[in-house]
Amino acid sequence: MALETTQIQEKLVANFDATTFHFTQEKSIFSIEVASDKITAVLLFLKNDETLRFNFLTDLCGVHYPENESNRQFAVVYHLHNWIDNVRIKLKVFLDGTTPEIKTVSTIFPSSNWMERETYDFYGIHFIGHPQLKRILNMDEMVSFPMRKEFPMEDGGRTDKDDRFFGRTIDNY
Amino acid sequence: MTESKTNMVDAPEGVVGEGFFATKLNDVVGLARANSLWPLPFATSCCGIEFMATMASHYDLARFGSERVSFSPRQADMLMVMGTISKKMAPILRQVYEQMSEPRWVIAVGACASSGGIFDTYSVLQGIDKVIPVDVYVPGCPPRPEQIVDGVMKLQEIVKNESVRRRSSPEYQELLASYNIK
Repeated sequence: MALETTQIQEKLVANFDATTFHFTQEKSIFSIEVASDKITAVLLFLKNDETLRFNFLTDLCGVHYPENESNRQFAVVYHLHNWIDNVRIKLKVFLDGTTPEIKTVSTIFPSSNWMERETYDFYGIHFIGHPQLKRILNMDEMVSFPMRKEFPMEDGGRTDKDDRFFGRTIDNY
Repeated sequence: MTESKTNMVDAPEGVVGEGFFATKLNDVVGLARANSLWPLPFATSCCGIEFMATMASHYDLARFGSERVSFSPRQADMLMVMGTISKKMAPILRQVYEQMSEPRWVIAVGACASSGGIFDTYSVLQGIDKVIPVDVYVPGCPPRPEQIVDGVMKLQEIVKNESVRRRSSPEYQELLASYNIK
């Protein structure tokens, strides 16, 4: 018998406070918004429960929503995969804009170690309890978190660029 | 032996007589350096693939005295930077340049090495001339092997006409100082 989304929902609600979750079906993937302080407990439960068995963390990444209210500026997204029933779910946690921090899940899924470092590198989201939270892809000297929308995408040091050829001037002359 | 089609470079300008040939030391040294430039390929992306074709039999950079690819910076004369250099890579490129012994020349192959190319972004170095001095720029994305060969030939012209004293001149020291290279 395949694992149904209603089953996942019932299991979670039965074991946690119902206010912890917000369930939605987004296209083909069942998505759960989780309160940020409950994420480790929820992941541990999803991994170890005998019927749920979400044994594999496919992806972990950050999102910046500058338009959102200040306590929902950042999101961390977890993609989980149950290999036995071949079911995937998505967990989303919203974080505060001024001090985005969340507990690390690298103790539950060791594979999240580098993914959390990457998320820290690009969004400046702090993972509390991470064994080695430092930049992974960008140079150590970098002061910005480049995927945050307030930082410019383009390099300021470009000298050969003529804005006229990129449609960036008003009359393009 | 008369039937062999050995190509030789022309002798520099000088005075020829019976049993002697007199010319300038500058020209002889330039001739020798220009026709045995040992390349050090610093290939990070697609321009490096074009360089592989340049080195292979069809385009054959060996015809210009550059068959000996040196993977040790200490023995190389010509640093060929081919591909996107990220900012994280820049100190490594700089270190490789610093490890090369004088005289040393640099060719920036392709748009990325010359100016950052299409990667006008926070993580990419906007041209290697931000960290090391460059002698020849080869345009293209990626340039064809003919263009790379042309770049090497342009560099050969520079090398031939370079004064043997250039590397100890105040202008050159100033150039290195402007890049903060000792």
